[in-house]
Amino acid sequence: MSRRPLVRVCPPTTWYFRQPRYLRYMSREITSIFVGAYCVLLVVALQRLAAGQAAWEGFLLALQSPLSIVFHLLALVAAVYHAATWFNATQKAMPVQIGEDFLPGNVISGAHYVAWVVLSCVVLFLAGVF
Amino acid sequence: MKQRVVQLEVLRYNPDTDSEASFQRYEVVCQDEWVVLDALNKVKESIDPTLNYRWSCHMAVCGSCGMMINGEPKLACHAFLRDYEGVIRIEPLAHFPIERDLVTAPDDFMEKLKRVKPYLIPKEKKSLSDGEHRQTPAQLMKFRQYSMCINCMLCYAACPEYGLDPEFVGPAALTLAHRYNQDSRDGGRLARQEVVATHEGVWTCTFVGACSEVCPAHVDPASALQQMKITSSIDWIVEHLIPGGKA
Repeated sequence: MSRRPLVRVCPPTTWYFRQPRYLRYMSREITSIFVGAYCVLLVVALQRLAAGQAAWEGFLLALQSPLSIVFHLLALVAAVYHAATWFNATQKAMPVQIGEDFLPGNVISGAHYVAWVVLSCVVLFLAGVF
Repeated sequence: MKQRVVQLEVLRYNPDTDSEASFQRYEVVCQDEWVVLDALNKVKESIDPTLNYRWSCHMAVCGSCGMMINGEPKLACHAFLRDYEGVIRIEPLAHFPIERDLVTAPDDFMEKLKRVKPYLIPKEKKSLSDGEHRQTPAQLMKFRQYSMCINCMLCYAACPEYGLDPEFVGPAALTLAHRYNQDSRDGGRLARQEVVATHEGVWTCTFVGACSEVCPAHVDPASALQQMKITSSIDWIVEHLIPGGKA
């Protein structure tokens, strides 16, 4: 008699189709590709800037192409989603205990959203938007 | 009392005769307020006495009756039939080897539980005459939720990282390490870090968060693991980047 326990293998490439929560997780992770791609774009921008005025103006012109605008819109949506998922996660990683009670999670996440808005305004101010 | 015919599709596996598991359908008359465990008991009593599954308390305390119900890790005693429509598919807990039918082998979890030293390692030795180790309510609240784990292993069945990499110490064991690390009477954190702050420890966790969503005891393993990632990172910074620093 063998009496072998049956070992089941988790499918390495399709496991995230098993449950909606896994798909939500993967969608969060996939947004990082756009965030990474945008970082590469910023590095390229710096390189173009260092290469002189003609190179920089060529780069600015390329940014106005339809493909570039579509990429920027996708990257914006992905970055906002990425940031929101992580702000929502902060309440788990950084609980704040006051006496016997814990601060409600949405206060911790909310503080991050507020900091995000404030810092974004500072960046826009430094960029001369207002 | 209202009755209803419930169709159960149960994964069966007999290690003596089967090379693969296969589903068997049962039709069973149930009371409306029953849970899935009641339906399984009815099957065993009146339809098929060869069906195997674990259970004990019938009130979500013992953690024995964990199984996949329609693909979701659940305690069978905590899954009300009225919440399900159509055929209810019942499988053994995912990611664990099947011993027989719905019974899985918990050996891997038990071994990992031992590795995290899930017990108080007192900060300082006290003799009996020195009295008890006192703790304020605030100090208790710091770890209380993490002490509520009933070792049901639903979090392991929900965790895709554990399914993909069985070396992962996993949510419940690491959460218990955190529970003792957070205890004001404990001084064993550095000893536990040998297991916690490794690739198989917290760093295999990618924060899917499924463990916390399925926990029937409302423990939040995902939060415990993320907090341990932060303390482990601080240890690393202190040790490697601060001259003379020691974790």
